[in-house]
Amino acid sequence: MDLKYLFYYLIFPGFLFTGVVGLLTTWVDRKVTARVHWRVGPPWFQPFADTMKLFGKEVIIPAGAKKTGFLIMPVIGLAAATLASTIIWLANLDPSGSFVGDSIVVLYIMTIPAIAMILGASASGNPLGILGGSREMKLLFAYELPLVISMLTTVYKAGSFSFEQILAKQAASGIMLGSVSGVIAFIVTIMCVQAKLTFIPFDIPEAETELAGGTHIEYSGAPLAIVKLNTAIMFFVLPIFMITLYWGGISLAGWGILTSILKYVAIVVIIVLIKNTNPRVRIDQALRFFWGPMLVLSIIAMILAVLGY
Amino acid sequence: MSLALKALKKSPWVFHVNTGACNNCDIEILDALTPRFDVERFGIVLVGSIRHADVLLISGPVTRNVLPRLKRLYEQAPKPVKVIVVGACGCNCGIFRDGYNIIGPVDKYLPVDAYVPGCPPKPETIIAGVVKVLNTL
Repeated sequence: MDLKYLFYYLIFPGFLFTGVVGLLTTWVDRKVTARVHWRVGPPWFQPFADTMKLFGKEVIIPAGAKKTGFLIMPVIGLAAATLASTIIWLANLDPSGSFVGDSIVVLYIMTIPAIAMILGASASGNPLGILGGSREMKLLFAYELPLVISMLTTVYKAGSFSFEQILAKQAASGIMLGSVSGVIAFIVTIMCVQAKLTFIPFDIPEAETELAGGTHIEYSGAPLAIVKLNTAIMFFVLPIFMITLYWGGISLAGWGILTSILKYVAIVVIIVLIKNTNPRVRIDQALRFFWGPMLVLSIIAMILAVLGY
Repeated sequence: MSLALKALKKSPWVFHVNTGACNNCDIEILDALTPRFDVERFGIVLVGSIRHADVLLISGPVTRNVLPRLKRLYEQAPKPVKVIVVGACGCNCGIFRDGYNIIGPVDKYLPVDAYVPGCPPKPETIIAGVVKVLNTL
């Protein structure tokens, strides 16, 4: 194990950088939400204050809980989210470090936080938590299929599964968003990202009003801080993943910094606006939505890509 | 003063308990979250689960049925927790003083940190009560 890779995982594209930028992204989310409501909104250090406060509070293990599973699952989700971020960033910054099929690896790793939340909620021994876990499971089955098929359109156009080939193809012959099939796949992916982050209209597992927190109802103190950090990191990783697939990737050279930040903020603001202008749907409506219109749209995008549009 | 307490002053998460109030105080508590009295400026958020709470907002006199639940709720909260009583009923039973099922005000059973009088209190008063409690930390 090289020391360089440990630095990659813990400091720069990994844990520290991703955590800080992810928490800032949650602040952008809350601020934009407040401006939509004609409110002022919280100050910029609000997510950091929340995290510090939660690390100082008491950790309660419920009487009916399985202690090991209840406490270890948020940490597993955090490790998986950090690893996904590291792989995507390294593929963007240093394409020679990319390997064949790393897009498949990233797609596989990004499901682990959801599975970890399901297991943690099931270990908490709370009926509402278990209900939230079962809903999250159904949601996972719903959004995974259109997400994979819309990713396959990009893979078909680039002719390879690796991020390096995808980025090289976009640098050579224009971004994927410049074609009809790319735009359709991008729309489907935004919907799937909304469900992956469990934001409104798909915040069915964490319904504050009917499940009182759902999957993280029994977490308190430091584990709750780690759960919030998981959501923040996924909120940072998924827009970067979409930019890599459809929008020509990110670069840190010269004007590349500014354009990368603008792309990222544009996708985040689209997600937040969808969150603020929709009601919550039922779980069967979500399943019908993803296996009906979204699946048909992603298959249409695939056919158009094969035909060359 | 530790860093965690300093952070607690910046982000108190509020859990709302009704122990038999007539719903007027609860409407005024929800008014404090509306755009006019935007309370998220100070980091105050209403949470759905008792495990996430830092401040308990209790409204209403204690009835006989709700007493064991109230004690369990206080025990379930993670422990740097503050208790604020909203409304005249929670302070001294108010208009329900002679009711057959009322067994006393809240401070007979829980350690109370602040009283917010009024029937119902204004949202500004509730925010002032929360600020006074945070200054005692």
